[in-house]
Amino acid sequence: MSRATAIWFALLSLPALATAQQGAAPVPAASLVRPDSRDRGPDADGFLQRWLILEPIPVDARLTDNAVQATVKSDRFPDQLTIVPKDGDEVTIGEDTLTWHAVDTLLYNVNLFHFARSRGRPTSNVLFWAVTVVEVPEEMREVRLAIGSNSASIWWVNGEEVIAIYNDRQSVIDDGVSDRLTLRRGRNVIRAAIVNAGGATDFCARLLDAENQPVTALRLTL
Amino acid sequence: MQHRLPTADFAVAAIVALAAAPAASLEGDVGMHDPSTVIQSEGHYYSFGTGGGLPVSVSNDGWVWRREGVLMEGLPGGRAGEAVLVRGGNNTWAPDVIAIGGKFFIYYSAPGQQPKAAIGLLVGTTLDPASPDYGWQDGGPVVWSDGIEDSNAIDPGVFLDPNDGRFWLSYGSYFGYIRLVELDPATGQRLHADEAPLDIAINSEASIIIERAGWYYLLVTHGSCCRGAESTYNIRMGRSRSVTGPYLDHTGVDMLRGGGTLFLGSTGRVIGPGHFGRLVVDESVEKFSLHFEADLDRGGISVLDIRPLLWRDGWPVAGENLSPGTYAIESLRTGTALELAVEGTPVGGPRGRGGARGAGPGPGGGAGAGGGPAGRGATTAPPIPPQTAAALESNWPAGPVAARLSPFMLQAQQQWTVAPIEGDGYPGAPYFRIAIAGTERVLAATAGRELEVVPAFTGAAEQLWRIEPLTDGSWRLMPKAIPGADGSFALSAVGASKPTLEPFDAASDRQRWRIRLP
Repeated sequence: MSRATAIWFALLSLPALATAQQGAAPVPAASLVRPDSRDRGPDADGFLQRWLILEPIPVDARLTDNAVQATVKSDRFPDQLTIVPKDGDEVTIGEDTLTWHAVDTLLYNVNLFHFARSRGRPTSNVLFWAVTVVEVPEEMREVRLAIGSNSASIWWVNGEEVIAIYNDRQSVIDDGVSDRLTLRRGRNVIRAAIVNAGGATDFCARLLDAENQPVTALRLTL
Repeated sequence: MQHRLPTADFAVAAIVALAAAPAASLEGDVGMHDPSTVIQSEGHYYSFGTGGGLPVSVSNDGWVWRREGVLMEGLPGGRAGEAVLVRGGNNTWAPDVIAIGGKFFIYYSAPGQQPKAAIGLLVGTTLDPASPDYGWQDGGPVVWSDGIEDSNAIDPGVFLDPNDGRFWLSYGSYFGYIRLVELDPATGQRLHADEAPLDIAINSEASIIIERAGWYYLLVTHGSCCRGAESTYNIRMGRSRSVTGPYLDHTGVDMLRGGGTLFLGSTGRVIGPGHFGRLVVDESVEKFSLHFEADLDRGGISVLDIRPLLWRDGWPVAGENLSPGTYAIESLRTGTALELAVEGTPVGGPRGRGGARGAGPGPGGGAGAGGGPAGRGATTAPPIPPQTAAALESNWPAGPVAARLSPFMLQAQQQWTVAPIEGDGYPGAPYFRIAIAGTERVLAATAGRELEVVPAFTGAAEQLWRIEPLTDGSWRLMPKAIPGADGSFALSAVGASKPTLEPFDAASDRQRWRIRLP
């Protein structure tokens, strides 16, 4: 089955597929591990490899600009644009209880397909929320958040929406890039919402300095 | 040079030029014959041409030109010195100029009865007549031809070799050879005057040497001048690994045997290009100055022009300014195209699947079934018309909207109409307005050095775009100014979906764009 066919199939059979996936046996996530330290740095290319990710929320995943904005900004759980969760925190949406999980990725990207499948959760027609906390030793100006995602995604830094990319797309390094922004000394919260219609799903993120070089002098804390 | 326009005729021609200045070439008083290489100094651009006393053309920006007196006004006595007049004659034609070590050397043709002629030298420290330091010293004749030898010592072209600092003068016109002598970069005078000049080409004039990547290029003008639209002038070239030649054209014919690859002939509304001069504007941005014997949009007078200079396969290529039109603007780095950040509508409306006609909104984005094209199962279907902003703009926000990059999908928010703005420019081109086709929405720089599309064109500096080809043929786009920001910035693909404004970096492909028909 081609990727396009798979997506179309997913679109046609959303309820049944979601139910079937949710009932599927978990498959261990080969690319994700539980963090074993309080904090860590990014990789050599600046990719942020530690995240808190909420188990996926089933949605009608249309990927156009307006549809993604509506899907992401629909109130689904309390403080969804401000919460900084802890590993194991739970969120109740309707009759479903979803859990935040702390993960370290072994790769440059975070494989959300691995993540959802490892929890026995659906991977198509879903909305993922992800949060990480970046600590920097000094204020940093002229920084950009640079991300790639499969598929559409919206991103916030310290509560300000800084990136939105739409439509069915693959993760490309430095696809969506924010305007120049300032990281304050100490904690900075990066938040993402990724909408996937079907097939693979993942994201990658890093910070770039004023010369477009990866920022590596930072710590990711939980 | 076989024949020259009398100075009086030239003045009349200049007046005509004032009355008819097309937007597609330089503006202002551009009437000129045999221009020197255009040179930038102290915030102005200068070129000097044939005529009584060597007329001076000046521009603040390299686009709008004016005449400001003659060079000889700055020379004690107001005319060439006696030694020049004796070796050559009392004409002043076809100068060339170069800046070396805080001095300007201007070499000019002083022919008598050709081929008896001399090339004189003027030495000064500023080109600005308003400067208290302005003035010229007579450097006397540097080379000459006695009227018998196979040489006509006019049409100087000077070249400072960036590889070794040696300084060269090529000269000559049809009578015999194009010749090469070495000059002293400290004085501008000839070195090794006891040695015979080196012959490097024949059957040509207006020679000049340029260098790039270890190759030396000899550019000359073939054909005849000075007969308006009948002039057959055309610029030709050969190259050599040594400044002294041999200069071979692309077929291997030595320019000493008449070889010469065509660089530029008559084109568009201008006839008879000649007198090439190279102008390096920035790293990877080059232009060349020249004149055309006849500009049909200016009544057929001879005019100065400045055009993009490109390089391809080891040869210079005559580029062209961007023509007004509607284009896709695509990043060479990312392959994504500049667009207004609004939700796109597929051309023809959403596509139906499984053989049915589309059931989504039509091309205008309105509700209703059947607006889209036939689906996969169809075997025939009518043509789908182009998407226009008129059908969609009512769905777009009325105020400023961000610009972004996306795969080019032939959609209305991705098509930009580029039009020149008269009266303001940079070397060889006007500023442009860049608007979403069919709308008044124009691309603008923001104070934060980002991009937005604003509802209407006001003529503000952040809405004026400098668009010029880089030497590889890709394009660089720069706002004239950014509110509150010093320096110059270029449109840059910092991400696959994100355009921004950053200082130009010739080593990067971030600021290289393909401007193509949609």
